[in-house]
Amino acid sequence: MADLSINLAGIKSPNPFWVASAPPANTAYQCHRAFEAGWGGVVWKTIGEPIVNVSSRYSSIDINGTRMVGLNNIELITDRSPETNFREIKECKERWPDHAVIASLMTDTRENWHDYMKRSADCGADGVELNFGCPHGMCERGMGSAVGQNPDVIETIVGWVMEVAEIPVIVKLTPNITSINHSARAASRAGANAISLINTINSITQVDLDRMCPEPYVAGQSTHGGYCGPAVKPIALNMVQECAADPDVNIPISGIGGISNWKDAAEFIALGSTSVQVCTAIMHYGFRIVEDMTEGLNDYLDSAGMASVNDLVGRAVQSVQRWENLDLSYKRIAAIDYDKCIGCNLCYIACEDGAHQAIALVDPDEKGVDLGPGRLPGKPVPEIKEKECVGCNLCALVCPVDQCITMVDVETGKERMSWSDYQDKLASGEMDPIPAHP
Amino acid sequence: MPIRPILDAETAARNMAEIEPKYSPQEAVVEANRCLFCFDAPCIKACPTGIDIPAFIKKITTNNLTGSARTILESNILGGSCARVCPTSVLCEGACVMLDRDQQPIKIGRLQRYATDHVFENDLQVLHAPEQKSGKRVALIGGGPASMGCAAELAQLGHEAVIFEKKPQAGGLNTYGIAYYKLTPEMSLDEVELIKQLGVEFRTGVEVGKDISVSELEKEFDAVFVGVGLGHTYRLGIPGEDLPEVQEALAFIEEFHINPLHEVAVGKRVAVIGCGNTAIDAVTQAKRLGAEQAVIIYRRGPTDMPAYVYEYDLAKRDGAEFIFHAVPVEVLEEDGHVSGLKLARSSVGADGKLTVDESDTFEMPFDMVIKALGQEKMTDMLNQLMPDLELNKNGTVKTDTNGQTNIPHVFAGGDGANGGAEVVNAVGEGKKAARGIHRLFTQEDVEGPIQWTRMGVVGDKPLGSGLNNPVRVAEDAKAFV
Repeated sequence: MADLSINLAGIKSPNPFWVASAPPANTAYQCHRAFEAGWGGVVWKTIGEPIVNVSSRYSSIDINGTRMVGLNNIELITDRSPETNFREIKECKERWPDHAVIASLMTDTRENWHDYMKRSADCGADGVELNFGCPHGMCERGMGSAVGQNPDVIETIVGWVMEVAEIPVIVKLTPNITSINHSARAASRAGANAISLINTINSITQVDLDRMCPEPYVAGQSTHGGYCGPAVKPIALNMVQECAADPDVNIPISGIGGISNWKDAAEFIALGSTSVQVCTAIMHYGFRIVEDMTEGLNDYLDSAGMASVNDLVGRAVQSVQRWENLDLSYKRIAAIDYDKCIGCNLCYIACEDGAHQAIALVDPDEKGVDLGPGRLPGKPVPEIKEKECVGCNLCALVCPVDQCITMVDVETGKERMSWSDYQDKLASGEMDPIPAHP
Repeated sequence: MPIRPILDAETAARNMAEIEPKYSPQEAVVEANRCLFCFDAPCIKACPTGIDIPAFIKKITTNNLTGSARTILESNILGGSCARVCPTSVLCEGACVMLDRDQQPIKIGRLQRYATDHVFENDLQVLHAPEQKSGKRVALIGGGPASMGCAAELAQLGHEAVIFEKKPQAGGLNTYGIAYYKLTPEMSLDEVELIKQLGVEFRTGVEVGKDISVSELEKEFDAVFVGVGLGHTYRLGIPGEDLPEVQEALAFIEEFHINPLHEVAVGKRVAVIGCGNTAIDAVTQAKRLGAEQAVIIYRRGPTDMPAYVYEYDLAKRDGAEFIFHAVPVEVLEEDGHVSGLKLARSSVGADGKLTVDESDTFEMPFDMVIKALGQEKMTDMLNQLMPDLELNKNGTVKTDTNGQTNIPHVFAGGDGANGGAEVVNAVGEGKKAARGIHRLFTQEDVEGPIQWTRMGVVGDKPLGSGLNNPVRVAEDAKAFV
């Protein structure tokens, strides 16, 4: 059994799985249920001056019958009073002293930030998370992503907060920017103890073509909502890695964005997250999903010979490099397992029309290939043109059968050479330009 | 003519190969992703061991197969064999909400097999008995599914369990009495090993009442579980019944569980009397072992047969024939061997009463007759072993819902107590009895493992999982078999 416990900038929790600041983290009742189910921490729904919400708040996209591949929302921060929220956090900490309860905060003036910081520490929260990410509603009032989109403002406000901080401070960043590094560096410069990312992405999920208005629908109108769920994972992983690899950031990361299972979580951790936060998957299935997360992560760590989840943190960060450092001499090509091929020939048409014309259709008898189930006698089978194949992966991506098309390494006999090396060699006259593809 | 083996080894093995092979990883993930992960899922209530089915399926989608198997085996130690032999269309799959969306129910049985195979193939130990033992010891009479379900639970609760089985191998009908293409004896014995890993002791080849007395058991153990199952097939009571080619269905099935398939003698023309699920097993196995003709003879009509419809379909696909409304009145003989059956026509009245017209008879040539009329209760044996044990009128052991009998330290479950049901019922009853025994020892209740709010709440009380309150789906609800 691997050790799943973590310590993120002084915030300890029995496992890296935290409920993200969102509807599932709205009340003490939900917090108790989350901890009973096995979550390691809860980041409270953002506390601020009570707001008023609209009716109809969420919208989603379904892909090929799978529900909620992406979810967006136009709900604001908590609609409960700060007194109620801080009282309930205290109650949760008393009942769950070994679990992490983090107060998410959003306010405006220096005095108000000082006041909320003091009340967070007083109620026994293990840390705070500054919400600089919400991309709807609050940003129009100069808060949320309006802060996170301006590194100078991030630095100023984090500075105010750090003046009085008695407990660790996490800064939650918005992805609605050009470069996440600038925001993360600003938080780090101002003394934040950690960052969390990503908050939701500006989005419109769909338009109702009868009413000519997007969902979520509010009396004939809608607004830009914050997008999250499994569909945003690649964007989140990218930003987490960028921050983890940046020496000017250099503070722990709590990863957020489309995490639905242990494998997603392990990927965020491998790219530099110490804890991970989950919302959409809970909104879909409830707190019980954490059972598979802890069990699956545990079994993975055991099978990989890692004694602790901390051994996994950041393991894959350095494998992500600038393009110019990639090896131009490396080559892989596609290989087809004809015993598995079902004869759909999607690989052929994808390559022919969509990529590099490196798959031919040939007579199965000439090829000496048996027909698979459902294939008509004489129906052509795909064949990789090995000389033409650039190893792009597309055919393997579209193939509907697992392990039917695999990408295999080819020995080129060439020494490693990156684009940078190539430019150096050209400049020094050591080699001639590589001829252009015909 | 005496009967002989018909097929060579290779053909026999091919014919008897599993009808539903294991899912490939991709098949499993695609099927698992169809599951909606219902909250208070009806499949849990329809499983007599209360497996958290949506949880184990969700874990397959993330390739957490070890965790998936753990979820299954925590609830049902024989989850591997139940995955193969459960009549899922009237249990979990019959309860699936997909049916209400006019879609195929999730293939829970096959997914369960996929997950549990992972444990057996990789020799993983996913369950553990506590190191701290209670010091209490329980003797279990009979080594079938009920005792195994009971012993595995006792071991996980920290009690010592010793199973007494008169046959050379444990596993009961799972090892000796299920159609080969559904469950092989090797799979059953793998499960025996799994239970041994929990510290349960198996004393095989030991018959209680002969090799060791009940009073000796009571001296050595703190409680006794009676999991004796059922006895011989009911007799036909007609002339010719004792000819050598007249066999009991379970004895016929047992033969190819203890002998190589190609050494099992089978008739060229086989009659199977009865139309329950064991009769179906016998007729399909005879056909697959090379019988030219295999015929089910049943005194009532197709709508009355106790066999599941999918079993009936399977037998028809195997080429078995069915003669309804006929009752054997004599096994015909030629030179000391079976030569055929004399049958009388029967009819079922509007009141359901059976009438046999002995004046209207016909003969059919057979060289083998297999009796599958249901099994006798173990009344005599139980009366002899434990004279004080209270039995029901039908000869089964009388128990309360926790398996406790009128003798406080004696518990019972499985076919011997329920009169004959599925493997999964036996495991569930064994498990409940183990919890009853635990309560007897410690005055503590064992709950779970599922959150009670997921068990359907009526008022402020949970309806319970299938372990507490098994719900069975009506046969005609299985639209997609």
